Formats: sequence, structure tokens, C-alpha cells
Amino acid sequence: MKEGRVVVNNAVSPAQKNGVKLRTERVNLYYGSFQALRDVSLDIPPRAITAIIGPSGCGKSSLLRLFNRMNDLIPGARVEGNVELDGIPIYSSKIDVVELRKRVGMVFQKPNPFPISVFENVAFGPRRHGIANRAQLEEIVERSLREAALWDEVKDKLDQSGLALSGGQQQRLCIARVLAVEPEVILMDEPCSALDPLATLKIEDLMRNLAAEYTIVIVTHNMQQAARVSDMAAFMMMEQDRAGVLVEHGPTSQLFTNPKDKRTEDYITGRFG
Amino acid sequence: MKGTIISSRQISQRVAFVFLGLAALFATLPVLLIIVYTIINGAGTISWNFLTQFPSQAGKAGGILPAIVGTFYLMIGTLAFALPIGILAGIYLAEYAKDNWLTRLINMAIMNLAGVPSIVFGLFGLGVFVLAFRFGFSLLAASLTLACQALAMVITTSREAILAVPREYREGSLAIGATKWQTVRHIVLPQAFPGIITGAVLAISRAAGETAPILVTGAAFLLPGLPSSPFDQFMALPYHLYTVAVHVPGAPKTIMWGVALVLLAVVLSFDILAAIIRYRSRRGI
Repeated sequence: MKEGRVVVNNAVSPAQKNGVKLRTERVNLYYGSFQALRDVSLDIPPRAITAIIGPSGCGKSSLLRLFNRMNDLIPGARVEGNVELDGIPIYSSKIDVVELRKRVGMVFQKPNPFPISVFENVAFGPRRHGIANRAQLEEIVERSLREAALWDEVKDKLDQSGLALSGGQQQRLCIARVLAVEPEVILMDEPCSALDPLATLKIEDLMRNLAAEYTIVIVTHNMQQAARVSDMAAFMMMEQDRAGVLVEHGPTSQLFTNPKDKRTEDYITGRFG
Repeated sequence: MKGTIISSRQISQRVAFVFLGLAALFATLPVLLIIVYTIINGAGTISWNFLTQFPSQAGKAGGILPAIVGTFYLMIGTLAFALPIGILAGIYLAEYAKDNWLTRLINMAIMNLAGVPSIVFGLFGLGVFVLAFRFGFSLLAASLTLACQALAMVITTSREAILAVPREYREGSLAIGATKWQTVRHIVLPQAFPGIITGAVLAISRAAGETAPILVTGAAFLLPGLPSSPFDQFMALPYHLYTVAVHVPGAPKTIMWGVALVLLAVVLSFDILAAIIRYRSRRGI
């Protein structure tokens, strides 16, 4: 993506063109007695970048973690309403969560490469899914690292610890690790908040390239970033009881230039948050 | 005198430093004294014959080979039972057990297990392994008894080591579709391994020095040969020391110090091994 290009101006939104990859319908999320999300209905189009923005604590990450059921790990978490991947409800008891997370990968706020070699980091997923053939693993590792725009920087140090890389490289390694299991959706939870501006730009470039093939959902508190990279944007806020609600969503250009809701306008013009 | 004015705050600080330093000194002094005193008195006794021969004249002369071998077997036996069960229990408690009254009860029981007097473990072993299971006075019964005592420490250190593995690693693994067990097996356990091994080594070094539990479950003072099966009785260093010191009139002091030195060397070498493992793993991060 070229510098200075701020907003993708979609004549027809990808959602209208290609349908819906992920959908939440009237979702409520509780952690024990605390309601973290209220009545969230959101459609996420395939092969596009959807940014979820909003002030701290408004439930952005909680919403993101609905899509690969990472909230399941939190004791007392409870979901009401419907969350769908390709029209299939993922909170149904018939869903294999392991298979779901293979299809819906996740990149975290803090780069979290495993304390093992670069190669083994990327090969970790494929190995766990049953690939043992060395040549096949090598091919997957190279393909994934190339796709994550990291291959040229690490091809001579595949045996070094993943922790020896720089922060930006570590985050791209984590993206490669997700790509290696060939997901359809990549969830990114503030993937650049621990990175310097240059490393951030690299990740953003990478995201634009990946959006041709993958459905990407990114949580960010950086509105410039949302404007730069995303096709669609969703704005969330916290209500009086601290429950997160979806205020409005739509094509990024529209949300940033012509918001429908007064609260969105206040937020993006910097009047609060 | 102007240059040496010291405020009362500085005085109280210095006094505090002196007291803290003395406390630290008193904490380490007994250990050092014991080690030095044992070496001074025992070093003269240590010889190739002392380490490789059977005792003679009811322990008043000869060597202590069967006691060394017996203690060695005991440590292996203890480890063989305590390590697998302890690690598996630690994994369960850290990763799988839900936070409910049962788990809390188990955790409390384990903590209390560590505080049970060793003679009570001995009587438990006598009742359960020697009599009820009909293992008799044997290496097996004594190993199992010591294993029960070591379990508390192995479980606790395993659980702590597993819980200390950062959540980020687990999430990263789960988020690419690894199962819970794959995550534990390939991410958590390798990370926790040094901590687990450290705990196991310390537990076994403690077991090696125990007298009371083996006293009532299978240790013998004098045996004509080395144990040839787990159902044989055995000799062991701490029990040998106790008997020579208490029940053999006229036994030379040099023999006792020699046994004490060997026992101390066995226990300390394991503690040092644990320290090395800890140091290396810390440096590896």
C-alpha cells in the first residue's frame, strides 16, 4: 500500500459483492455476572479487512475472541445469540473447537513466538495437525514465511530461537505460524501496538496483501491504522454498565467521512476516547 | 566534626543493616559448621576400602558398601514412583482441575502432606505396604513409603512450574488449532521441565536422608549380601549411622563421621545438581 492513501473508496462494499464470512446476531457475552457485549450484530465480508475500533474497554477484543472461541478459556464466560462462520453456528455443541481454530487463526497484541526455533514455530501447527514428512514441512514453512514477508530476513537463521528476532519480525513470525495451518480467517488483536512505526507499516502492507486471500478482522485503537488498512469498519462503545455495544459499522470510507451516529463522529474527530 | 554529622535516620539504617546481616550469617552458619565439622572428622575415614567393603565386627570396622548401594536403590525406587505420579498430578492440578471445593481440598491435602512427620509416613508404610500389600520388610515397601513422602514436593513444584509458563504461549498454541493436550505436551511441559526436575531432585535428596520411614519398612542394620530383588531387605546410610551411633557400644567415632560424610556428600551433590539445572534453564531463557 502506498503512503498517503488513507481510505479505500469502495463503490460497492465487499459484503454486498461476496456475501458474509462471519456473522454475529444479537450476541450477548458475559463474564460471570458482568456483561461484556450487548446485542452485537455484525456481518464480516470475506477477503477483506474489517477493523473494529473504539475506546479502551469497549469489548473490541472480546468481540474478536468470539470468532475463534478463545473466550471459552475464560472461566465463567457465557455467550448468548448466534455467531456464524460461513452460515454455520460455531457455538453449536456439534462444532469441533480445535477444527474451528484451525480455520480461524489469531495473532495477538504482544508477539508470542514459542521459545523454539523459527522453523519449529512455523511447523508447530502443521505438525500438530498430523504432518510429519520433513520435505512437506520445509515446503510449508518456506511458503508461510514468504507469505508473511519474512522469508528473506530469516532464511539463514531458521534454526535460531524465534525469540532472537526483532519485535516486528516476531509478529510476522506469528502471522506465518497462523498461515501455516491454512486458515480462512485471521483475527488480529492490536497486532501493532507493541511495534515501532516502521514495523507497523510492514505489518500493514502484509495485511493488505493477505486480504486478497484471507478474511481479516483487526482490533485496533489506532484510528489512522484502521483508516489506512481496512475496507470495513465497526465502531464500538461502552454503555453505562460497561457493556460493549456496536454503534455503527459500514465501509471504512463512509464511517470515517460520513458517520451516521453522532457518537462515532465525536470519537473519530477526537472529542472523546 | 562537621563532615561526620550523621542523621538519626542514617543511624537507624546502619543498625538495621547490621542486624539483617547478622541474621543472614546465623542462617548460614550452622550449615557451614556442619559441613566443615563433618569433613574435618570424617575425611580421614574415607578410603577405597571404606567405600567398597562390607562392614565387619557389627559395624565397628570394615566398609559401608551395602549401605551406599541400598541408599542408591532407595533413591531410584522413590523416584520411579514419585516422579511419574507427581508430574501427572501436577499437570492435572495446574491444567485440568476446575477451581472447586474438591480441587481446593486436594491442594490443601498436598500442602499438609508435606508437613506430616516422617515417622507417621513410616507407620503408614508399615501398615499399608509391608502388611496389607504383603510386600514385607523390603526395598519395595520402603521405596513406596518414601515416594509418598516425596510426592507432596514433586506435585507442588511441578504444579508451580507448569503454572509459571506464560499464558501467551498456551494461547498461541490453542489459537492455531492445537488441542489442549498437544499444547501441554509440546509447549507447556518443555518450558516447565527444568522446574519439575529441580523439584524432583530436591525431593529425592531429602528422601535419601530419611531414617524414620525406612526404619519400620525394611532397613536392616547388617546383611550378608546386597539386595537382589525389590522384596529383599536392605541397608541404608542414615539408618546405618543411627544404629552404629546408638546401638553399637564401642564403635569408633571415625566410622560414624565417615558414614555421615558420605551421606552428606550424596545429599549435597543432588542439591548442587538441582541448582545447576535451575541456573542453566534460567540462563537459557
